[in-house]
Amino acid sequence: MLRKLTRIAVWCGIAALGALSLATIAFRRGESINAMWLVMAALCTYAIGYRFYSKFIAAKVMTLDAMRATPAERLENGRDFVPTNKWVVFGHHFAAIAGPGPLVGPVLAAQFGYLPGTLWIVVGAVLGGCVQDFVILVMSVRRDGKSLTEMAREEIGRIGGLVAFIAVLAIIVILLGAVALIVVNALKGSPWGTFTIAATIPIAVLMGVYLRHLRPGKVLETSVIGFVLVLASIIAGQGIAHSAFAPWFTFTAPTLAIAIIAYGFSASALPVWLLLAPRDYLSTFVKLGTIAILAVGIVALRPTLHMPALTRFIDGTGPVFAGKIFPFAFITIACGAISGFHSLISSGTTPKLIQRELETRLVGYGAMMAESFVAIMAMIAACVLDPGVYFAVNSPAGIVGSSATSAAATITSWGFPVTADQMAALAKSVGEQTLFNRTGGAPAFAVGMAHIFSHTLGGEAVMGIWYHFAIMFEALFILTILDAGTRVGRFMLQDGLGHVWKPLGRTSWYPSIIATSAIIVGLWGYFLWMGVRDPLGGINSMWPLFGIANQLLATVALCVATTIIIKSGKARYAWVSLAPLVWLVMVTFTASYQKMFNPNPRIGFLAHAESLAKQAIQTGETSRLIFNDRLDAVITGALVVLVVMVLAESVLEWARVVSGRKEATVSETPFVQTRYSEAE
Amino acid sequence: MRECILRAGTTMREAAKVVLAALREIFDENAYARFLAAHGMANSREAYAHYLRETNHARERRARCC
Repeated sequence: MLRKLTRIAVWCGIAALGALSLATIAFRRGESINAMWLVMAALCTYAIGYRFYSKFIAAKVMTLDAMRATPAERLENGRDFVPTNKWVVFGHHFAAIAGPGPLVGPVLAAQFGYLPGTLWIVVGAVLGGCVQDFVILVMSVRRDGKSLTEMAREEIGRIGGLVAFIAVLAIIVILLGAVALIVVNALKGSPWGTFTIAATIPIAVLMGVYLRHLRPGKVLETSVIGFVLVLASIIAGQGIAHSAFAPWFTFTAPTLAIAIIAYGFSASALPVWLLLAPRDYLSTFVKLGTIAILAVGIVALRPTLHMPALTRFIDGTGPVFAGKIFPFAFITIACGAISGFHSLISSGTTPKLIQRELETRLVGYGAMMAESFVAIMAMIAACVLDPGVYFAVNSPAGIVGSSATSAAATITSWGFPVTADQMAALAKSVGEQTLFNRTGGAPAFAVGMAHIFSHTLGGEAVMGIWYHFAIMFEALFILTILDAGTRVGRFMLQDGLGHVWKPLGRTSWYPSIIATSAIIVGLWGYFLWMGVRDPLGGINSMWPLFGIANQLLATVALCVATTIIIKSGKARYAWVSLAPLVWLVMVTFTASYQKMFNPNPRIGFLAHAESLAKQAIQTGETSRLIFNDRLDAVITGALVVLVVMVLAESVLEWARVVSGRKEATVSETPFVQTRYSEAE
Repeated sequence: MRECILRAGTTMREAAKVVLAALREIFDENAYARFLAAHGMANSREAYAHYLRETNHARERRARCC
C-alpha cells in the first residue's frame, strides 16, 4: 500500500514538474529562459507518455502477448533473425533512426521562436511518432518481420502497396537532394570544412582495408582508429585553411555540388566493404558519441535561450523558409516528432531482432522518444544563439542582401540586432571567412553546438575546433546517407525494372548497376543542382518538399496501422493511430496545397514561376528556374494524389469491416508459444 | 553504506556490459561472432571476407533514416 502511494506521489510529482516546465516555456514572455525548462518539459512528458500512454497501447490496442514467440525466435538463423537483448535492440534501432533530420528540422523551425517547435517535438512524438514506430514494429513482428510495403499490400490492397513503394522511392530521392544541399551550403568557401570532409573518404577506405586485411572483424577498434584520424584531420584542417593549400580546398557551391554528385555515383558502385561499411561504422560511432556529449554539455552549461518564444515570423514571412506555423512548422520538424521513414526501420531490421513481444514497447516507443530528445537538443543549440546571429547565418542572400553590411542592416531592421563586425568576429572565432547566408541549418547548429561545447570544455580558444567537429559530424552522416540511400534506391529501381526486363533486376549485372545508379544519382543530383542554383538558397523549397514526402509516407504507415487495428476487431481503439493520421492529413495536404497554389511567390511554386515569367529580362537561367518550380509543383501534386488513393482504399476497407460486409481478419502469423516463458 | 556502494558498483558494471553489448551489435561484431560459430570457423582474413560476402546483400539494402 505504502509502495503504491509512493508510486502515485512520484508520478504526480513528475506530472506537476512537466506541467510547470511546459507552462514556463509557453507563457514566459519578454525575458530569456533557461534551456533546462525545455529539457524538463520534454523528459517529464516522455516519462508520462511512456509509462501511461504506451502501456495503454501495449495492453489494450496491440494486446502484446508475453507468451507469443517472435520471428527472431521462431525463424532464428543467426543472420537476419536473431533473438537479441532488448537494450541492444534499442541501441541498434536508435542508431538506425537517428540521422541529420532531427538536427536540421528544429534548427530551421527555430525561426518561429523556440515555443512552436518545442511543443510539436514533444507532443508530436508522444502522440504521433512514437505511436507510429511502436505499432508498425508490433505489426511487423506479428507478420514475420514483413516490410511496410508488404503489409500495405496485404492489409489495404494492391494500390496501397504500390503507393508505399513509389512514396519510399520519391522520399529517398528528395531526401538525398535536400541533405546534399545542406552539405554544400556548409562547405562552400570553407577550406577547413572541405578538407576535413574530404579526409573522411581516405580514412574510411583505410578503415575498410584495415578491417578486411589487418584486423578482421574488429569493427569497434577500427572505428576508434577512424575517429582519432578524423579528429586529427579537423585539427590539420585549421592549418590547411591558413596555408598556401587553402585555395585547393575552397570551392563554390556549384563545384561542390558536382563533386558530391560524382562522389555519390562512384561510392554507390564501389564494394561495400571498402567505403560504405567503414563510413557507416565511423558515422555511427561519431553520431552516438556526439549526441551523448551534447546532452552532457547542455546539462553542464544549462544555457540561456536568447531566441524569443515566438518571433514575428509566425506570420509566414520568415527568411529561413516562407509559410505560417501551420502547416510549415509541422513538416519542417520531420524526424524529431514523426517521420514516415522510421516505419521502414520498424518494419526492416528491428522486428527480426526482437526477443519478446513485450520489448517492442521499449524499442519502438522508447527509441523514438530518444530521437525526439535529440531534436530538443538541436532546438536548444539553435536558440542559444543571439537571434540576430541565427538569422544572419540562416537567411539567404536573396532576402537579406549579399553584402555583410546590407544583411546586418536588414536583420537589425526586423528587430534582431546584429552587426557586420559581430559576424566577422564570430566567423573568425570558428575559422571561417564568413557566416552570412549559410542556409540549410547545419552551420547554425554547428555554431550553437560550438557555443555550448566551448563554454563547457576548452573555452573560446577551441570554438573553431568544435564548430568544424559539428560540421564534420553532420556531413559524415549525410555522406553516409547519400551512399546508402543511392544503393537502396538503386535496388528498389532494379526490383521494379526487373519486372519489365529480367536482366535489369539482376543486382550483380554491371550494366544494370551503372544504369540504375546513374538514374538515382541523376534524380537527386538534379534536386541538388536545383537547390544550388536557387537564389533563395534552395532550402526554402527543398526542405518543405522533403518534409511533405516524409510525412506523406507517415500517412501511409498510419493508414496501414489503422486498417490493421480495425481489422483486428479493435475499431474502438482506432483513434490511437487515426488521430495522428487525421492531423498529418491536415498538415500535409494544407502544406502541399500551399506549396503548389499559394499566391505568395515565396511559398507557392506556381506563383514563383509566374513571377519569374513576368520579369522583363528572361535568360536561360530564368527558364530553368520556372521549369524547376513547375516540376516541384507536379511532384508535390503527384505525391498527394498517390496518398489520396491509399487513404480512399483504406477508408473503404474500414467501412467494409465496420459495417460487417467484410470479415474482420488480419494476416498475422499463427500463435506459437515462446520457449522463453518456460525458461522463466 | 558499503552494501549500497557495492550494489551501485554492480549496477554500473551491468550497465557497462549492456552498453558494450549494444555497441558490439550495432558495429556487427556480434554478427561476425555468430557467423564464425555457425560455420565452425576461426577468425581469419578469409573468414571475414566470407562473412562480408554473405552479409553484403542485407547490408546494402539497410535503410538509414534521415
